[in-house]
Amino acid sequence: MADRSLSIANPNPLFTGFWEKVALGIFAVVLLYILVLISGTDPLGPLSSFWAISIALTGATLLFTWQKYRKTTPGIKNDGVWFSGMMARGAIGWILGIFLTGFYVLLYWFPGSLGMGQGADGANIGLIAVFDPFSYWIKGQPASEWFMYGFFYSVAILLMGIKFLVKYRHSTYHQIRTWSVIFFQLAFAFTIPEILLSLNMPYNNFFNMWPLNYYFFFDWNINQMMEAGTLGIFMLGWGIALVLIISPLLTYFYGKRWYCSWVCGCGGLAETAGDPFRHLSDKSLKAWKIERWMVHLVLVFAVVMTALVFYSFFSGKASIWIFDSYQIRAWYGFLIGAAFSGVVGVGFYPIMGSRVWCRFGCPAAAILGIQQRYFSRFRITANGSQCISCGNCSTYCEMGIDVKWYAQRGQDVIRAACVGCGICASVCPRGVLRLENGPEIDQRASEQRVITVQGLKMDA
Amino acid sequence: MGKRTKGKRIAIIGNGISGVTAARFIRKQSNHEIYIISKETDHFFSRTAIMYIYMGHMKYEHTKPYEDFFWEKNRINLIRGEVSRLDFEQKTIHFNKDFGVETSYPAPEKLSYDLLILATGSKTKYYNWPGQDLKGVNGLVSYQDLEYMEDQTKDIERGVVVGGGLIGVEMAEMMASRKIPVTFLVREPQFFGNTIPEEEAKMVSKHILDHGIDLRLNTEIAEIKGDKKGHCEAVITTGGERIPCQFAGITTGVTPNVDFLRDSGLEINRGILVDEYLRTNIEGVYAAGDCAELKKPPPGRKPIEPIWYTGRIMGMTVAASICAGPTKYKPGIWFNSAKFFDIEYQVYGHVPPTIPDELDSFYWQDQKTPRCFRLVFTKGEEQVTGMHGFGVRLRQEVCEKWIADGKTADDVMAGLGAAIFEAEFTKAIEIDMIKAYNRARDKNLKLRQKRGWRSALNLLTGKS
Repeated sequence: MADRSLSIANPNPLFTGFWEKVALGIFAVVLLYILVLISGTDPLGPLSSFWAISIALTGATLLFTWQKYRKTTPGIKNDGVWFSGMMARGAIGWILGIFLTGFYVLLYWFPGSLGMGQGADGANIGLIAVFDPFSYWIKGQPASEWFMYGFFYSVAILLMGIKFLVKYRHSTYHQIRTWSVIFFQLAFAFTIPEILLSLNMPYNNFFNMWPLNYYFFFDWNINQMMEAGTLGIFMLGWGIALVLIISPLLTYFYGKRWYCSWVCGCGGLAETAGDPFRHLSDKSLKAWKIERWMVHLVLVFAVVMTALVFYSFFSGKASIWIFDSYQIRAWYGFLIGAAFSGVVGVGFYPIMGSRVWCRFGCPAAAILGIQQRYFSRFRITANGSQCISCGNCSTYCEMGIDVKWYAQRGQDVIRAACVGCGICASVCPRGVLRLENGPEIDQRASEQRVITVQGLKMDA
Repeated sequence: MGKRTKGKRIAIIGNGISGVTAARFIRKQSNHEIYIISKETDHFFSRTAIMYIYMGHMKYEHTKPYEDFFWEKNRINLIRGEVSRLDFEQKTIHFNKDFGVETSYPAPEKLSYDLLILATGSKTKYYNWPGQDLKGVNGLVSYQDLEYMEDQTKDIERGVVVGGGLIGVEMAEMMASRKIPVTFLVREPQFFGNTIPEEEAKMVSKHILDHGIDLRLNTEIAEIKGDKKGHCEAVITTGGERIPCQFAGITTGVTPNVDFLRDSGLEINRGILVDEYLRTNIEGVYAAGDCAELKKPPPGRKPIEPIWYTGRIMGMTVAASICAGPTKYKPGIWFNSAKFFDIEYQVYGHVPPTIPDELDSFYWQDQKTPRCFRLVFTKGEEQVTGMHGFGVRLRQEVCEKWIADGKTADDVMAGLGAAIFEAEFTKAIEIDMIKAYNRARDKNLKLRQKRGWRSALNLLTGKS
């Protein structure tokens, strides 16, 4: 269609007002300042830098949100999404993607370059040192790279969650589930584990479920919990019950959404900070095929690795046949735990969408998906023959499900991947989709969902 | 049905919802050789989604209901070209050699067929206003219209939309999404007032105003003035007002796209005349969708209904006729949908703009948000004949069953839970609705069902 400008920044950013540009400018300055901190110098000193970054990020997000939505009526806000350099893989999107990817590479493999333990006597400098005062205040210890990461992660979910809440202010469903992910991130993923550390208890996020939490059954983790008294035993018991009882029950009644878009931290980030990129997921049949192979292979990898952990734990032997239990753990941690879930999972948001990890890599999502597909009451129902095949549902599905393929046939959507975010139903301009917890899957009454042609019995 | 017959060659002119639906269902039931011919695009795309491309919600690729491999996989041959002449005697389609559009599916010189389906759709209807041929004056039905609008609305100071129908409000929303000031001329006293009752029309009109549209009710276009370069400069209303604008969207309705078929021997009135089996006057030639005009429309229906849903049902009907023997076009209970900025609209059965004497109606409107619901029923027996919701999602199967079974107004109101298709946790508007109903009609009804699929299923399977 129309010629696109070749300039790096869109010369005519129709959808970005003055104060939105100011907000984005502040955000860019914060990113640059973080680069300065990474270089090892801190012009303001840790405490001032901490407050400066926190206030700037909060201010920029709130200013952006207020400015973007204040003059709008409640409703769907997707105007100009595919014209945006940030949201449609333009130059700004790529720059952000490279920044995030680079940040994750440093975080996982070169924390020293972020200032971790690089000062005199192993003290922190640079970016990590910025979080020392806050860390001392919470738990009386210096910050680690994971404390810094947890802080940024939680702030991203909180602030972008607020933006999401305003964007979808017309939908109670989105309000409730967004408060839910904010709560689980702030309370269970960030604060409680840090408090546990300050009490000399094992670090534990009660809702980071095996096998997403792949080290839950590692010997050091189990030993740590066993040695931590009643609370430690409770952690172990809760972790096992979560996998074997609580999750299967909740997934049976409500689908995997109870976890993936209400509780999980990865999902929490995807639903909030990742929302502007949700439409970048690949909807092709080919992508679905790759997804099924990849996610289930990761699941097999996780299960085999955990089985070897148990084998070593009980037999005391490090290897069986050609498998070295410890080496496999190390490889899993490197390939899946760090490279896939972190670097690719979040770093590639602006390029491949917000759910790359959840869709192609998360072994917990794979288990929940199998359950959702075969033993759950959750489905998305299609409203008769009202679908006009417009494609909004598929476009905005972060999991890359071609929702309209089902909707235009008047068929329920029952897909392992679906995280039940409900955006497809929201963006549908004709009220065709509804998330439902109905009777059993096989009681779907498909004979009643035939497209209206009276006297004609034709399967859609 | 389902038996696979041996191959005839079926040519379908038009790759919209009617032609494509016919092709798909013919493929499901037969081994016929299928050709779909389009002048507009290589592949089928959802014409109803044109607005979302302009607004940046989607790109063109996203509006294709099927991936590009679908056609070859299902042995549906595609041809992109312009039909220059139809030879019904020789059963041959001749193509324009100088079509000159780059395509993956170039047209042959000619194509012979055994059966022909005409599904050529609609085009914008103009009423011979002076200046209607100026640059920057256009409707919105095809991909080319979208390209034209994209091109003509760059950096303009104001756009005018003429005609208060469904495409009109879409065009207003499209330009507003690009921060282009819009003046919207509507002939009726309220937007959509010739289709829906006054209260609803007022609510929607107010919503349009809330979106910053300069909505002019009771206003008609007289002419369009052009500048020296032959480009639209202003729209003049019948009241004599001059509205400067660089683009005028014409949305005063559509008319069957059949000009190239006139004088071909086909019986054509406004559209291609068809009988109840969607057969034209020429043996082996069918017409479906917007371009077809029913000689004897079913009771309560119009001869031409240019909407997506009837197009799809017609496509299925033609496919059934071809594969399983003559099948009558029975569109069932009327339904339609639209969206007016943020307000979704769904209708089942008939809700006339003025409630006639033999009918009665109950109307509910939310106090705070733009949402309303109307139930129409007969006087005396109080049998439900139609209902619609604005900002209220309703389950089609349930509403249809109520109308088909002739349920009473009381029955429907008490059973509303089964019809509500709103997202989980949304406000229980059905409680408000039944309270209003009780007040208005001095009754004491209570809601019988909870919301949700289980309720709907029980109702549909007759368990409750």
